[in-house]
Amino acid sequence: MKYESQGIAKMYFIAAIALFVGQILFGTIMGLQYVMGDFLFPELPFNVVRMVHTNLLIIWLLFGFMGSAYFLVPEESERELFSPMLAKVMFWIFLFAGVMTILGYLLVPYARLAEITMNDLLPTMGREFLEQPTITKIGIVIVVLAFLFNIGMTILTGRKTVINVVLLTGMVGLAVFFLFSFYNPDNIVLDKYFWWFVVHLWVEGVWELIMASLLAYVLIKVTGVDREVVEKWLYIIIAMALISGLLGTGHHFFWIGTPDYWQWIGSVFSALEPIPFFMMTLFAFNVVNKRRRDHPNKAAVLWALGTAVMAFLGAGVWGFLHTLAPVNFYTHGTQITAAHGHMAFYGAYVMVVLTMISYSMPLMRGQKAANVTAQLLEMWSFWLMTISMVFITLFLTGAGIVQVYLQRYSDDPLPFMVVQEKIALFYWMREVAGVVFLIGLMLYIYSFFAKGKEVEFVEE
Amino acid sequence: MIVLTEYIETEPKLLPGDLAIWFFIFMELLVFGLFFISYAVTRLQNIELFNQYQLTLNSELGAANTLLLISSSYFVIRAVHAIRLNQVKSCIYWLYAALAAGAGFLILKSIEYVGTFATGISLSTNTFYMFYLSLTLFHVLHVILGMIILLAVAIKAQRGAYNAQNHTGVETGASYWHMVDLVWIILFPLVYIIR
Repeated sequence: MKYESQGIAKMYFIAAIALFVGQILFGTIMGLQYVMGDFLFPELPFNVVRMVHTNLLIIWLLFGFMGSAYFLVPEESERELFSPMLAKVMFWIFLFAGVMTILGYLLVPYARLAEITMNDLLPTMGREFLEQPTITKIGIVIVVLAFLFNIGMTILTGRKTVINVVLLTGMVGLAVFFLFSFYNPDNIVLDKYFWWFVVHLWVEGVWELIMASLLAYVLIKVTGVDREVVEKWLYIIIAMALISGLLGTGHHFFWIGTPDYWQWIGSVFSALEPIPFFMMTLFAFNVVNKRRRDHPNKAAVLWALGTAVMAFLGAGVWGFLHTLAPVNFYTHGTQITAAHGHMAFYGAYVMVVLTMISYSMPLMRGQKAANVTAQLLEMWSFWLMTISMVFITLFLTGAGIVQVYLQRYSDDPLPFMVVQEKIALFYWMREVAGVVFLIGLMLYIYSFFAKGKEVEFVEE
Repeated sequence: MIVLTEYIETEPKLLPGDLAIWFFIFMELLVFGLFFISYAVTRLQNIELFNQYQLTLNSELGAANTLLLISSSYFVIRAVHAIRLNQVKSCIYWLYAALAAGAGFLILKSIEYVGTFATGISLSTNTFYMFYLSLTLFHVLHVILGMIILLAVAIKAQRGAYNAQNHTGVETGASYWHMVDLVWIILFPLVYIIR
């Protein structure tokens, strides 16, 4: 760790991991509710658990992104963070807002929560993934603006590299597109249309810039490869992400009441969305093969390569699977979507945050890399979580294929709930995989506390 | 892939300009390629509709635009040729000539669109117009981007950034511009002429 203020990332990462645990706990509860509908009912109804599961994911990823930025930006900009104090204050505000929101979901009925938080003054609640009370949304905007100001000032008054500028661009995009969550037109077509400006343009647009820059940073650090090489790759990946991703939004506009031409535009552009992810895989392996040194942090290298591969599979391949309009006509909103959502979020964004944590945490704790035992356990947790996520995805894909056939494709289509009972076996197997994921996560956390032989220290 | 990138980057270089622009060009051609295939397949299913509405397009303006773009491609070739001979001034003139031709393309295209939109045609009118408008509009965006790149190269050239030994930037801009031209050379007959 070259700059003291990089250490602020630690509190962000700890909060991220804690919320991650919450997300997975609720995930396993919900997985069980798929097959035991009244499990924990009425205390924890399915819709509330689902909301907590998805919202926790978003909140902890934001913690992870901000923590990563606070670690990366001072070093890339070659100066201390503009205001470490502001970063600390914002951390507590964001944590408070996040935890209060989740408690609100859990403790009071959603309609009551809307009343308490005066949603009727500026109604923004009640939409999937954007369920947060309006005041929480305003809180997110304040925190993100303060964060942007902080890293923006650091970058603008410090060294500007391709990596930190791309990261800043991604973060600005994240903030800008979130503003569409305040726009809530009465017309449900328009509502859905702009809803995707947040959801799609985050995960299939600007977040890709964040991901690419974080990955590039860690790869430079662990391989010692020339910055020039990495920067060239970054340019290409970003260009491809934006060419395919922006108009690729159209693949959400097939059946929501928008004009027909979106079926063409959405299909053509989104069909190319796997390419930037494929480039990231090539990039990661290319750079690691050309490495100039063997970094003692083997776990971080594993996470970095894993991110590239899993993002390509989850976001790229599983996305392409149902992105073409004629295919999506049948698969829309089935378990195929859930399969894609799980592996894409894990492969792209969860893993890139864990990569950053894996690389930076030992440095913030005064080590070059974690000790041998800790790294071994961390790598075990990598495989447990990654393989169980592959199985979650495969089981949901199986469920989805059967669901599409029975419910929408066969000559004699069956009702939704009848089909759900028929695919219960897939849900059971998904639940088992989910529990394995939880075990992997526990092992991951334990790895931070494991004692063992220190790694061989090789001077750069 | 690693072998491939190294192979491409070895001297004498197989591809002029920066390797990165070729990935970018490849991506662009892929998008247009997909669109052309979609057009062809959809046309097969609606031949009469496509033939009927194709006649409403202004192919004279399209032909003039083809000439403009082909000329502009010739101009950028002259620019690259000039900088290889260390003739910086000549390089700059040719780049501006290409930019002028690009501007001419945009003017003619605007005239064409004014005529089109005046008749109330939109993306939703029918499948043919959907393809005609989205393909040409998407191409226009590339003409604009290509012009921005050429302008940036011209300005850098004026500041003395290029010479006979070091002129990757000029080749890079020229490569992209040729792509813009190439796409139009396919797009024009495909949408305006072939029946």
